[in-house]
Amino acid sequence: MNKELTCINCPIGCHLIIELDQDQKPIQVTGNRCIKGKEYAIQELSEPKRMLTTTMRVINGEKPLVSVRTSIPIAKDLIFQVMDIIDNTKLKAPIMIGDILIPNILRSNVDIIATSNNKLAINHLDK
Amino acid sequence: MIKNNYQLVVIGGGPAGLAGAITAYENGLSNILIIERNEQLGGILQQCIHNGFGLHLFKEELTGPEYAARWIQQLNDKKITIMLNTTVIDINENKEMTIVNETGLTHICAERILLAMGCRERTRGAILTPGYRPAGIFTAGLAQKLVNIYGYLPGQEIVIVGSGDIGLIMARRLTLERAKVKLITEIMPYSSGLIRNIVQCQEDFMIPLRYNTTITKICGQDRVTGVMIANVDKDRKPIKETEEFISCDTVLFSVGLIPENELSQKIGISIDPITKGPIVDQNLETSVPGIYACGNVLHVHDLVDNVSSEAKRAAMSMINKTNKPILINVSFDKNIRYVVPQKLTNLNINELILSFRVKNVYRQAMISVKSNDMVIYSQKKHIMTPGEMIQIKLISKQLEMIKDDLFLSIEVNKNE
Repeated sequence: MNKELTCINCPIGCHLIIELDQDQKPIQVTGNRCIKGKEYAIQELSEPKRMLTTTMRVINGEKPLVSVRTSIPIAKDLIFQVMDIIDNTKLKAPIMIGDILIPNILRSNVDIIATSNNKLAINHLDK
Repeated sequence: MIKNNYQLVVIGGGPAGLAGAITAYENGLSNILIIERNEQLGGILQQCIHNGFGLHLFKEELTGPEYAARWIQQLNDKKITIMLNTTVIDINENKEMTIVNETGLTHICAERILLAMGCRERTRGAILTPGYRPAGIFTAGLAQKLVNIYGYLPGQEIVIVGSGDIGLIMARRLTLERAKVKLITEIMPYSSGLIRNIVQCQEDFMIPLRYNTTITKICGQDRVTGVMIANVDKDRKPIKETEEFISCDTVLFSVGLIPENELSQKIGISIDPITKGPIVDQNLETSVPGIYACGNVLHVHDLVDNVSSEAKRAAMSMINKTNKPILINVSFDKNIRYVVPQKLTNLNINELILSFRVKNVYRQAMISVKSNDMVIYSQKKHIMTPGEMIQIKLISKQLEMIKDDLFLSIEVNKNE
């Protein structure tokens, strides 16, 4: 059994062919021009992970949203479940870049952290 | 009546303007002003919430806002004046400017100007798409601003025209926010986007991407109801028999970027018809002495790291500027679309970076730089694509070999 992938590490885009054994474990990677291709193929077959970047609502901030990301790449299969949680969470300003907004989301050992600042709205301070 | 005189005025507070102003300050210029028309610094980075920025300069994969914050932070301990919500409305070759903001009109003048206004998106009009003008037609960058800054989804069923990086990134982003991206069309047989973006769109989010395909009509009167698409022939003309209707409520255009040079033209700066940016020399100085250009206003970049580096070079060269004893033109063969800088006025420099784009996809081809028929630089590349800006660096040993005009060429391997 073979599996095929396109390497995403650089503009060459090597066509990777991964030979699998009966337990779907990789035996050999061919088609790669460098070690990064092999590493990518093995990670991609065992547990594909992606960095997730999105936004979250902020209720009393100077801006309606704050941009966020996962602290490290998260399992690809979890992405839409994570989006559900993020979309149903409203945050309160102020938020500073690097703040942990949702720790250990879905017990994945991955945090959701802020990638921008959102100060308290000025009209909110007046009240 | 001139109120203020600055040693350096930087027009634009995006990645180019920030790096230029900071580098100029660190190397001895004082009384620096950054003029930014937006309400915050950082330019387009603030809406580019995806990661992948800063790999070269910071050795990290930052998101756009994080990359901007790294630079904005560096302003804290520096006396650089920032004017936000401020627009330059008039400017001349004597470096006098009229600027406007909520305090009204102000006249200022500068000893040096760094043009860092960036670029803007080409629109539907630029590719002459026929049809009605209903609601639901956006450029990909505007849709990105709506989603990532204001929190609005521009529509539910989306067709994206053009497979450049912004289009691919928005296809992914909209899918994540539960919109249905029905199709990405690309008129060329290849995408100008990064492999990573293409593969992730197609394989992670199952978004169809059709090459050699164009949009022939936008349908709908009040709101978009769909588009007509068709395959194109080898001259990129639609083949009528292949036309089909795709229903959608939103069309996004990701069809290229143009440097924003209205101010440069007002000054009377010479513009390169291919890059649509100022013609510059090795100092990144324009045809008007004391006015420099860097970043996307000079030529459209794919990597922000290269924008920041270019801005640093512009700032350094305005400080170390020497006079102009010579003139060497930089020309190129038919496989190359443009080269920046377009001319050299001084060879007494440590290194020279030539940035260029090719016209087609070339595999296993050779880049060569000649002067007076002598090869002074050559490098083999696995792959070169029109979507990827290529930079080569000539060092002083090679610069010494320049005797006449420079000529860049791509020597294509016939077997490939």
